[in-house]
Amino acid sequence: MAKIKPRVKVPKTIAAGEVFPVKTLINHKMESGQRKDKAGEKIPRKIINKFEVTFNGAPVITVDVEPAVSTNPFFEFQMQIDGDGELAFKWTDDDGSVYETSKSIAVG
Amino acid sequence: MNLSRRQALALGGAAVSVTLLPVSFAFAASDASTAEIAAFTGGATAGEGSIELTTPEIAENGNTVPIAISAPGATSVILIADGNPTPRVAVAHFGAGAEPMVATRIRLAGTQNVIAVAQMADGSFVKTARAVKVTIGGCGG
Repeated sequence: MAKIKPRVKVPKTIAAGEVFPVKTLINHKMESGQRKDKAGEKIPRKIINKFEVTFNGAPVITVDVEPAVSTNPFFEFQMQIDGDGELAFKWTDDDGSVYETSKSIAVG
Repeated sequence: MNLSRRQALALGGAAVSVTLLPVSFAFAASDASTAEIAAFTGGATAGEGSIELTTPEIAENGNTVPIAISAPGATSVILIADGNPTPRVAVAHFGAGAEPMVATRIRLAGTQNVIAVAQMADGSFVKTARAVKVTIGGCGG
């Protein structure tokens, strides 16, 4: 399996109080547990089951993810900030692995 | 049992209307998704309100259907695909600083209704539904 690499996109400049979009993507098969292999056996479920974003430790958005979310799960949301800080992203896999990335944002 | 012509016609009419019911209630949710909604709302009824669901009218590929929910004033939203083997798609909780909107890409098993229910800051619930036509289903097989 390809190395899992989260990608996050935020605008280059952000004004205080401005609502800005954040786009995230992580490459993951999101095996739903519904598909069958060539022998007719069900392929076990393996998905990202939780996606969390925090800003300076405070939760911004938390998504409980089910198998119906597509391969390479993409999430876009909007937020606003009043000051500088660190936006941390965390994806939790069914097998317990955690994929993390973060982005420091400066206002101005 | 002897039926008069009038009774027989009435029965026939009733039978026809019963068979037509599923069509007229095409927007009613399946049992599984009704249960998911009830679990989310704790049994409260969801009204109409400030919630918007953006979906394509026709999705050529059910494996990746772009969906966006926007619900001003919401603290959390649930997305349900009525015709999927597991109707619940995702639940999003919004924290401080987040605008109550989220966009993602989902799998749809076939042509079906997609339902979004939002919990408002005052504890009330609103919901909306949209029909999506799917050309090729996204559940493999």
